[in-house]
Amino acid sequence: MESILIAIIALGCIALVFGAILGFASVKFKVEGNPIVDQIDALLPQTQCGQCSYPGCRPYAEAIANGEAINKCPPGGQSTIDALADLLDVEAIPLDAEHGQEQPKTVAFIREAECIGCTKCIQACPVDAILGAAKQMHTVIASECTGCDLCVEPCPVDCIDMLPIEPTLANWNWPSPSSSEHIIATDRGRGNAGSAA
Amino acid sequence: MSKIWSFHGGIHPPENKQQSLQRPLEALPLPSRLVLPLQQHIGAPASPLVKVGDRVLKGQPIAEPTGFVSAYLHAPTSGTVVDLVDHSVPHPSGMTAPCVVIEPDGEERWIELQGVDDYRSLEKHELAERIRHAGIAGMGGAGFPTEIKLHLSDDHIINTLIINGVECEPYITADDMLMRERADEIIGGIEIAAHLLTPTHVLMGIEDNKPEAARAMTEAARRSRIDIEVVVVPTKYPSGGERQLVKLLTGVEVPSGKIPADIGIVVQNVGTLAAVYNAVHFGKPLISRITTITGEAASRPGNREVLIGTPISDLLAHAGVDPNRLTRLVMGGPMMGYALGNANVPLIKTSNCIIAGAADEFPPAPPAQNCIRCGACEQVCPAELLPQQLHWFAKGREYDKALNFNLLDCIECGACSYVCPSNIPLVQYYRHAKGEIRREQAEQRKAEQARIRFEARNERLEREKTEKEARRKARAEAAAKAQAAKKDDAVTSAPKADPEAALKAAKTAAAVARTKLKKAEKALQIARDSGESDLAALEAEVSAQQQKVAASEAALKAAESTAPAKTPDIKELKLAAATARTKVTKTEKALADAEAKALPSAEKLRSSLATLRSKADAAQHALAAAEQSARPAAPAEATAAATADLKQLKSNAAILRTKLKKARKAIEAGDSSAELAQQVTELEPQLASAEQALAAAQAQQPPHTGPDLKALKSAVAIARTKVKKAQKALDEAGDNDDLRAELAQLQQQAAAADAALEAAQQATESP
Amino acid sequence: MALMRLSSPHVHRPGKTGDVMKQVIAAALPGLATLVWYFGWGPLINAVFAVTLALLFEAVILKLRRRPLGFYLGDFSAALTGLLLALALPPYLPWWTTTVGVFVAIVIAKQLYGGLGQNPFNPAMIGYALLLISFPVEMTRWAGPQEVTGAQLSFVDALAVIFAGQGLPDAVTMATPLETFKHKGALTADELWAQSAQLLAGLHAWQAVNLAFLLGGIYLLLRRIITWHIPGALLFTLFMVSGFFYGADPSNHGSPLFHLSTGAIMLGAFFIATDPVTAATSNKGKLVFGASIGLLIYIIRTWGNYPDAVAFSVLLMNLAAPFLDYYTRPRTYGHKQPQKGIKR
Repeated sequence: MESILIAIIALGCIALVFGAILGFASVKFKVEGNPIVDQIDALLPQTQCGQCSYPGCRPYAEAIANGEAINKCPPGGQSTIDALADLLDVEAIPLDAEHGQEQPKTVAFIREAECIGCTKCIQACPVDAILGAAKQMHTVIASECTGCDLCVEPCPVDCIDMLPIEPTLANWNWPSPSSSEHIIATDRGRGNAGSAA
Repeated sequence: MSKIWSFHGGIHPPENKQQSLQRPLEALPLPSRLVLPLQQHIGAPASPLVKVGDRVLKGQPIAEPTGFVSAYLHAPTSGTVVDLVDHSVPHPSGMTAPCVVIEPDGEERWIELQGVDDYRSLEKHELAERIRHAGIAGMGGAGFPTEIKLHLSDDHIINTLIINGVECEPYITADDMLMRERADEIIGGIEIAAHLLTPTHVLMGIEDNKPEAARAMTEAARRSRIDIEVVVVPTKYPSGGERQLVKLLTGVEVPSGKIPADIGIVVQNVGTLAAVYNAVHFGKPLISRITTITGEAASRPGNREVLIGTPISDLLAHAGVDPNRLTRLVMGGPMMGYALGNANVPLIKTSNCIIAGAADEFPPAPPAQNCIRCGACEQVCPAELLPQQLHWFAKGREYDKALNFNLLDCIECGACSYVCPSNIPLVQYYRHAKGEIRREQAEQRKAEQARIRFEARNERLEREKTEKEARRKARAEAAAKAQAAKKDDAVTSAPKADPEAALKAAKTAAAVARTKLKKAEKALQIARDSGESDLAALEAEVSAQQQKVAASEAALKAAESTAPAKTPDIKELKLAAATARTKVTKTEKALADAEAKALPSAEKLRSSLATLRSKADAAQHALAAAEQSARPAAPAEATAAATADLKQLKSNAAILRTKLKKARKAIEAGDSSAELAQQVTELEPQLASAEQALAAAQAQQPPHTGPDLKALKSAVAIARTKVKKAQKALDEAGDNDDLRAELAQLQQQAAAADAALEAAQQATESP
Repeated sequence: MALMRLSSPHVHRPGKTGDVMKQVIAAALPGLATLVWYFGWGPLINAVFAVTLALLFEAVILKLRRRPLGFYLGDFSAALTGLLLALALPPYLPWWTTTVGVFVAIVIAKQLYGGLGQNPFNPAMIGYALLLISFPVEMTRWAGPQEVTGAQLSFVDALAVIFAGQGLPDAVTMATPLETFKHKGALTADELWAQSAQLLAGLHAWQAVNLAFLLGGIYLLLRRIITWHIPGALLFTLFMVSGFFYGADPSNHGSPLFHLSTGAIMLGAFFIATDPVTAATSNKGKLVFGASIGLLIYIIRTWGNYPDAVAFSVLLMNLAAPFLDYYTRPRTYGHKQPQKGIKR
């Protein structure tokens, strides 16, 4: 009986000591981090497209912080989901197809000859990237356009195209060697590379 | 002899330099076409100064810089600009870029050249400007505009000028040849650079595999008026890398992310300095350079003096390259150069070497094996990186870790790939990863920008909303205040500031008072009828109201008398006339009714009708008079009024149409009540008359106002879109009669709109 | 003309991973020959058998993983693993024991981790350690040098012992010098060796074997297949530590020469510890890696349960290699401080 008591007391003391250490550490080494919403918001692509069914990226970030699924952002794609999963320490899940597919980056382009100057697209643009006035031709500031698609629907004359961003000499990049089969013998080779070796 | 330091790593690949040193320097014959990319340097592309068909002289500037980091471009020979097109340029991507194409006339007529003999008499910025106007960009490979490096801002104090004659890459001998043949030009360039930078030391590095060049340079340096030390460094790749050469000659390291100028060192290539010499002394712009053509497929390898813009195919032909043996065409050296997809690209200012490689010389890379962490790459890395770790990170797309392992300090020299026993294309991994990192950073910046703009927009919308709200409130408050003020005014009368406003206020006050009185009287009446008890109170109320009315009317009169005699307002008069007429018609109707029913009120109505008629007449007269007086004075107003009327008519017609449509729709929907039918029958003639009126008004419109082309255009566009959308809907829905009918209707409308637009356009064009 | 557009560099130093492995195999052959010279056909049969098994297991796994066979077998890594394991095994080990060892080495220690370059532990040493723990009797039944025992096993006899389960004749068996030394009891070192000429001859046989492996190691150094850091640090540390204790108490501790010339020390220093996949990569890291192995070998030999300790020491330091790399990153050109850690 006595030995049990001693054991309980000893364990209790140890628990107290470690609890005190942990408590001290949590105060002493407190991490002054960004609030989680800011961190989530920083990972989202900021297209403000609303495909996640929230009115912009920040509202979605707030929703994620409150437990919303992380796979509702088609513009960000899998890389954003992975980054969010990494940040929130949850499992990376595939993109929810309900909200759209991951597509190559595009930029809005107004066929200016057909624009009637209705200003509807200007009102729709979440980042004020369309320039123009009533009854005046509008144009997209391509460098500010996030490719969110939101201006296409309201246009009464369908004069807005979403054009893929063309590679230029300035933004061209070397392809990754791992993407080319003939350089690396991996599963993709399925034995073909063996004959080359 | 100054001390030579050492840098970590490095390799000793087979040099293969002798092949191109067997023949003396030759000039390439004038090509039939010269293609000059607008960007041959680091920075912004130049903007063309010539257009197709222009005749240019040799050395004439054909493009000017578009920013601080940018360079001039000159015609390498006299001839005609035949094209300004996107042409394939020397770039690893094999993509095209804007180029000026010149067809030489073979006359080689120079523009007038202005050299200076005594450049020391010039201001430094003038001297730098001369170098800038010669279009000189670093000829060692990077192509950084030279005058920027030679004319630094005051926060850079240069103590060492290093001249790079190392040429460590295998195969290339262009600088070697230049140093042998034109040592004095190089020394002259060094003197100019030293004059601009005022360094305390001038060091020139030459690898010990070029003894002849080193001898020539030492000889020439001895004749120079400044102290130039030629340092022969051991042959090791990549000693010619800027950072490696700085370490080699001075023992200091250029800090990561900084340029040598930040530690007081400027490095210049020998070719660049020769070009500087020619630019300053003779005013010659950079229009040619020495290029090595070598490789096993070339039967006459050697160094050639080529005009910038010469197609590589010309150079290959001159060097006797066998197209059947050629499998890899490398621009630059074998360690850092890039393979070209075809020979139809021009030589540019930075093209120091073309290697026409045969299959056995450059066999295709064998498939990469697994990394066995042998560490050979680490042993040879001149930047002291951990190439295999970077390889794992780049392969696994863990770019933040790669950054942490200093990926951006990689100079892409290729030493790691060269030694890798597993044939892993390490440099390509790093290049891809760097590009991805740059792209990600750009995307992040863009996302940040988008976020800021989005937030700014939200803020703006919010502000606008609150402002609107505030304005509405302010208006309401002002109205309330005015009301209160009017009340006061009604009692005290005497409007002070604005007699007109006071008049209005007084009128309203009087009207309000009258209404209140009426209400009070009514209440009294009701109370009386129902026999309520508090009659007394009500009566008192009525009398009070009566008093108020009397007071307000008195105030009104007073205000009227004080109000200045104003020009009769035609609108108001019109309104008054219209109201009077309406009243007359109403009364007439009521009278007719009453008469038909033989009511006792008929008499009363008749008398009021008479007064009303006279009133209406008076109003009409007044209006006529006012209009008469107003017309000569303000014809513009009249037309404005006319257009306004037109608008009014249009909107009337539109409203009627909509109503009619709604009613019809309702009927179609199954609501076949008599009421609706009647409405439709009523509306139809109304619409017809409205449309007639509109047509009449439009006909009356003075021709110069014309049909509104813009409006018509947008109408046409909308109609077309509708048709398109309907078509789409029809396509999607399949066979659907309703939709088809709608489509047909829309098509008709669109056609009508089109016709109208055409007519309008003709009408506007014909006068 | 079809021109290739590839990233630079366009030239490459001759020599591939397969060539490296072949060189290492070649460098190990003198050691194998010496073993055969002293211990009969057993080591050779073991080696051929283990290499064949290793290639077989590798091929089966590659087939299962749907990798090109020729390409991956051509890197000779499996063959080298089999050979190194065989060189560490007792000369007349029953075939099934060798099979288990090779299976563990190739399938579990190497391929299950993702194949060449991905394994954290030296596969041969994993196989060896597993056998030593699981089958201590078989793994400690060493043969004596033929000249000492005087009993020569013919090639057929050797095959019979290994494959037919015929027990090893007692006349052939003999404890290794390290084992003998460990169980010397109250005798001093000098007394032990003076005890019998047989023991001394056994010791000399092992010294010859180690000398052969040292020669192979020097060949590897000269061919720049390995750097001096790991073997240098290992041997130097072992020399210093054993020298310290020998100097303090020569009667109870083996001399530095004894420690450097017995057991698998040269094989371990030049062939096992230098396996680049599982060793530290930076030069500083390699020094610490080698020195730690040397220290561990001495500690385990002297105070541990096992007579030799190369396998356990190497495995323990394999465990520490990522940690060493983590803390011994070189200072990049243009940086003031070497960076430490993975994340910023």
